[in-house]
Amino acid sequence: MRTPISYFLIVSAMLFAIGTVGVLVRRNALIIFMSVELQLNAVNLALVAFSRMHEDLSGQVLAFFSMVVAAAEVVVGLAIIVNVYRRRQSVSVDDASVLRG
Amino acid sequence: MPLDHVVFWVFAPVSVGSAIAMLLQRNAVHAALFLIVNFFTISVFYLVLGASFLFAVQIIVYAGAIMVLFLFVIMLLGVDRHESLVERLRGQRTLAIALGVAIALELFLAIRAGVGFATKAPPGFDEAVNRGGNAAALARVLFRDYFFPFEVTSILLIVAAVAVVVLASRRRRAITRAGSEAAAAGAEEAA
Repeated sequence: MRTPISYFLIVSAMLFAIGTVGVLVRRNALIIFMSVELQLNAVNLALVAFSRMHEDLSGQVLAFFSMVVAAAEVVVGLAIIVNVYRRRQSVSVDDASVLRG
Repeated sequence: MPLDHVVFWVFAPVSVGSAIAMLLQRNAVHAALFLIVNFFTISVFYLVLGASFLFAVQIIVYAGAIMVLFLFVIMLLGVDRHESLVERLRGQRTLAIALGVAIALELFLAIRAGVGFATKAPPGFDEAVNRGGNAAALARVLFRDYFFPFEVTSILLIVAAVAVVVLASRRRRAITRAGSEAAAAGAEEAA
């Protein structure tokens, strides 16, 4: 492989920054959640790139674990969003400004 | 030009472009579809980096299961809602974009300082580390060194499944004050 490892890390950094902006800018809770997924994937990409660089598979194992945790997190998060929607008929995070159900 | 260079330069713009497109989409379904494109490009990067097992897992778990779940919830909640462009906090959007650019620059500097822009991966990854295929090598590491965390993730998945069943059950709970207020407001409007 002749591509420098840093190229993958730069792509990962850009995706992470885009995901951060998405979390901060968007109002729709679902799209905020998708931006969080984008950030998780960016970090996974960095982990796999580092695993290639250091010739150690622990990075890939960690990326695998992070995928499992992301799956669990998505399931619980989407259930919470559905519940909030049932209460308020809206998925905008501006409307859910009070913790009281 | 080596082949992995070509693959990288084809898929890197697609990856960043689809992420930006996801950010700019008003429609949640379109945003989810762009995110699926992004996940596919990331899986191609995994393949280039010699992680063929994660390539398959990325497509099956992320592009398959997780995004189908997202699309399902988007359809369930209705897609024709547009978010308002009114800023509740003044200047939040510009500040957020400035912070995003700052974090990207900071990460570039960290990569430059820590890895160096021209550092290449050592050759012979497939012979030295991926002996007997990536899945077999990964399984050796996973079940020898990381067996306990692996078992803990199974508990995590069970707990998540139970939590979702509890959260999403349609069982009528005790009527809360917010619910009764909403009902009263609805009755007034009807009258």
